[in-house]
Amino acid sequence: MTRGMTWPCFPATWFGRLSMAFALLLICVDAYAIDSERAFEEPALQARYEHLTTQIRCLVCQNNSIADSSAALAADLRREIRDMLAAGREDSEIIEFLTTRYGDYVLYRPPWTPRTWLLWLAPLLLLAAGIWVAVRIVVARSRLPIEDEPPRTRSG
Amino acid sequence: MTRFLLPALVFAALIVFFVVGLERDPSYVPSPLIGKPAPDFELPTLADPDATFGLDDLRGQVSLLNVWATWCVGCRQEHALLVELSDSGEVPIYGLDWKDDREAALAWLEELGNPYVTTAFDETGRVAIDWGVYGAPETFLLDADATVLFKHVGPLTQQIWDEEFQPRLQAARGREQ
Repeated sequence: MTRGMTWPCFPATWFGRLSMAFALLLICVDAYAIDSERAFEEPALQARYEHLTTQIRCLVCQNNSIADSSAALAADLRREIRDMLAAGREDSEIIEFLTTRYGDYVLYRPPWTPRTWLLWLAPLLLLAAGIWVAVRIVVARSRLPIEDEPPRTRSG
Repeated sequence: MTRFLLPALVFAALIVFFVVGLERDPSYVPSPLIGKPAPDFELPTLADPDATFGLDDLRGQVSLLNVWATWCVGCRQEHALLVELSDSGEVPIYGLDWKDDREAALAWLEELGNPYVTTAFDETGRVAIDWGVYGAPETFLLDADATVLFKHVGPLTQQIWDEEFQPRLQAARGREQ
C-alpha cells in the first residue's frame, strides 16, 4: 500500500488533457444510467415501485428522490423496496420500514404531526395575513374623502 | 405607530429564522433510533468470514459502533483519533465495515492501525440500512443494554468527543452502577 494517496497525475500534454476530459465525460454519462432495467414485469407493481421511489428522498444527495439518485445508498434502498414489493408488502408497510430507520426526513411529503402543523398551515396563514392586509388597505382607501383627489386636468 | 412596528416585527422574526437556519447543518438527518433498542443483526466478521458478530456481542458494556469503509475519506480523517481512544481503553470500539472490499479493509487496518475490538463486515449494506446509516463515518454510542444513546454523522474530532460523547458516556456508566 502506498502511504499518502495522490490523485492520478496526468501529463500536461494535449493528449493527457484530452483523455482526462474524456474520462470526466464518461463519469457524467454514467450518472444517467440509473436502473436501466425495469424493476418489475407486471405494470401494476412497476407503477407502485415508481411511485414509491419518487416519494422517498435520497439521504446522500438530498434534493434527489431515490428514483433519480445514483448514490450507492439510493440503489440499496431501491433494492429493499423492490424486494419488499416482490414479497407482497403494502405501500404503507414499506413507508414505515423507511421512516423507522431514517425518520420522516426521507418523506418528501411530511406527515401531519404537531411538529409539522406550522409547516402545513404556513401557506394558509400567509394567505390569511395577505387578505387581512389587503382588506385593511382597501377599507382605509374607501374612507378617504373623494374631494381630496387631485383634480384631473386634461392638457393636450 | 403600528404602521412601522408591524413591518419591523415581521423583519425581526425573519432575521431570527434566517440566523437559526444558517446555524443548522442542512445535511444533518436526525436519527429516529436515539433512545431506542439498537437493531438486531448478525454478520460475518471482517477478519474471519466464518465467524459471526452480532448485537448480543455489544451487550454488557457501554460501547461505540463505528461505521466505516475504505472508500470513505472522512473515515481516514478520524481514524487516528479512534486508535487513540482505543489505546486509552476508555471505551471499547466496534466496527461496521460498510459496503467494502474485504482485502482493502484488512490492508487499511494493517496500515493505519486497528482500533476495533471486532469489525462486522456488511458487504451488501443491509444491516447499515437497519441502523439508518446514510453516510460514513457514523459513530453510535450504545449503553450496556444496547440502547442507542447518541449518533454522530461525519468524522469524529477531539472536540466532538469531549463535548458530545464524554458526558453521555459518563452518564450511561453512572446509571449502570
